Amino acid sequence: MMLPRLEQRAEAFWVARYLSPFLAAALALLCGGLLFASLGYDPLVAFHAFFIKPVSSLYGLGEVALKASPLLLCALGLAVGFRCKVWNIGAEGQFTTGAIAGGGLALAFPHGNGLWLLPAMILAGALGGMAWAAIPAFLRTRFNTNEILTSLMLSYVALLVLSYLVHGPWRDPAGFNFPQSRQFEDAALFPVLFAGTRVNLSCALPFAALPAVWVLLERSFIGFQIKVAGLAPAAAAYAGFKERHLVWLSLLLGGAFAGIAGVDEVAGPIGQLLPNISPGYGFAAIIVAFLGRLHPLGILFASLLMALIYLGGESVQVSLGLPLAVAGVFQGMLLFFLLGCDVFVRYRLRFGPGAAAASSP
Amino acid sequence: MSELDLLAAVLAATLRAGTPLVLAALGELVTERSGVLNLGVEGMMLMGAVAGFIAAAASGDLALGIAAALLAGMAMALLFGVLALTLQANQVATGLALSIFGTGLSAFLGRGYVDAILGGVTPLAIPGLAQLPLLGPVLFDQDILVYASVILLLAVHRFLARSRFGLVLRAAGESPDAAHALGYPVIRIRYCAVMFGGAMSGLAGAYLSLAYTPMWTENMSAGRGWIALALVVFATWKPLRVLLGAYIFGGVSILQLNIQGAGFAFPPDLLATLPYLATIVVLALISRDVRRIRLNAPAALGKPFRPQT
Repeated sequence: MMLPRLEQRAEAFWVARYLSPFLAAALALLCGGLLFASLGYDPLVAFHAFFIKPVSSLYGLGEVALKASPLLLCALGLAVGFRCKVWNIGAEGQFTTGAIAGGGLALAFPHGNGLWLLPAMILAGALGGMAWAAIPAFLRTRFNTNEILTSLMLSYVALLVLSYLVHGPWRDPAGFNFPQSRQFEDAALFPVLFAGTRVNLSCALPFAALPAVWVLLERSFIGFQIKVAGLAPAAAAYAGFKERHLVWLSLLLGGAFAGIAGVDEVAGPIGQLLPNISPGYGFAAIIVAFLGRLHPLGILFASLLMALIYLGGESVQVSLGLPLAVAGVFQGMLLFFLLGCDVFVRYRLRFGPGAAAASSP
Repeated sequence: MSELDLLAAVLAATLRAGTPLVLAALGELVTERSGVLNLGVEGMMLMGAVAGFIAAAASGDLALGIAAALLAGMAMALLFGVLALTLQANQVATGLALSIFGTGLSAFLGRGYVDAILGGVTPLAIPGLAQLPLLGPVLFDQDILVYASVILLLAVHRFLARSRFGLVLRAAGESPDAAHALGYPVIRIRYCAVMFGGAMSGLAGAYLSLAYTPMWTENMSAGRGWIALALVVFATWKPLRVLLGAYIFGGVSILQLNIQGAGFAFPPDLLATLPYLATIVVLALISRDVRRIRLNAPAALGKPFRPQT
């Protein structure tokens, strides 16, 4: 029988490497259409509501930028670690501690009206994220502890700490007992850049981070070490590259970026501390990083797509009454299809008996 | 209530809180012993929980709910297997994808059932033994899934340590090349192990939504799938130690509830961090001994295997 077989390629097929994200996105859309159809919606109507309607206004385009920027920041930081197989999956927690640190500063200086406040909040956010990421880094380098599990556990802890703060000590006394902090003063909020949108100054931060990460990964000796450590750990060790340094670097960088993203969110569209400040940006950023091929430019495009998926989820919730979780289903499918399509980077599809099969009895 | 009754109640609750961890960790342990690291436990658990709840709510039959949970967990595991075993995708990335996908899909499927009410699995007292002081209510007046988790655990222990197929499964995890050279179908063995892991995670999810707290809420596993992964390391890949670890964690979460119940003025949110912090501390203590981990971890864990004909 002519069953298709996978045959290993002599070397990685670069065309497939760059085509597979597009193929994955197309397949996810196809499955999304089937999902909508199975729920009894006209796929075209649903697609229009999901992908076109949210971006058919200036406000909508601004929302894409607003959602893409935390995703972009988090994913850029994660990509550095993923390249050398440091699996920091606790960006959600680092995002949260960053928001706590930056937001805490804003609450501590209610009358701070100097220009120093916002930069100080960004710095505090970076430090907050770094502090949280330092725990898995320390545990991995000192106690050989798996950073996947520790960073994820710490995400749950960070969310509970935030919940404690806004239910307790940081609760707005004039907030009718709602779990929320006071509204930040104007000096602690990023100024809106374009009238008619919610785009604010913080959306510029990822664009400062992007070239920096590109230089670090593609043009620096550290980037070379990261690449070698990821592809051939034994060779990296033989060359004398210090694994512990790379673990620390990638976790601290990822933590700092996620923390800044947290500040951007609370000092931007939210404007106060709430129990839920992130619709899963830290986890979606993992998908963004993979979808962008762990390359800064790819991550930029992936973050825009992911932002659109978030917006589309909100849009179909409003216009079709579909649950917000549709966005989560889309995100998961996207990563699955990407992983599946990636098989063609290393293998080719062959029909009929190949050389290997013919020679074996 | 006498102090003995209180102790019995706390211990019985500890056993119940530990049961989903026993089930999920047991499944993951078998998966990992075959050389496959599946980080999708959380996603499989949530799918089991939601499928079990929907089936039970729709049919009114709890057994049907449990069967649906098993199937849902296995379907998720099959997805993982196709990607990670057949298509050789990175196991870490595939597992993460499974967790994210399961979280999203379960929230989506369960959207109409958030406020639904269901009579959960009721305790099944074992005649004679349930009347024993202290031991009776703790060990012999539990629901059937608690008994099943312990029986399954003992069966898996025996299977891995004593049976021929268990030996082959361990060989697939220690030295897939050698197993393949001896003529064993490594990929098929790994598929079986992954599917067993999915079924157990699904069952753990069903325990949550049908017995522990008979209801469905988004993300109701609350990280238990990840704690189960940590438990496998804690147990140094040995089934019997899973039981110990799971009940310790069950104890920590019950302790946290009891401190709240006893009226201590300690913020509940901070108390709720205890199981997660305990996981981190225990994981660090166990992993500290690199040699012990290396000695016990399956040698080919997480490494894709492609038979060279």
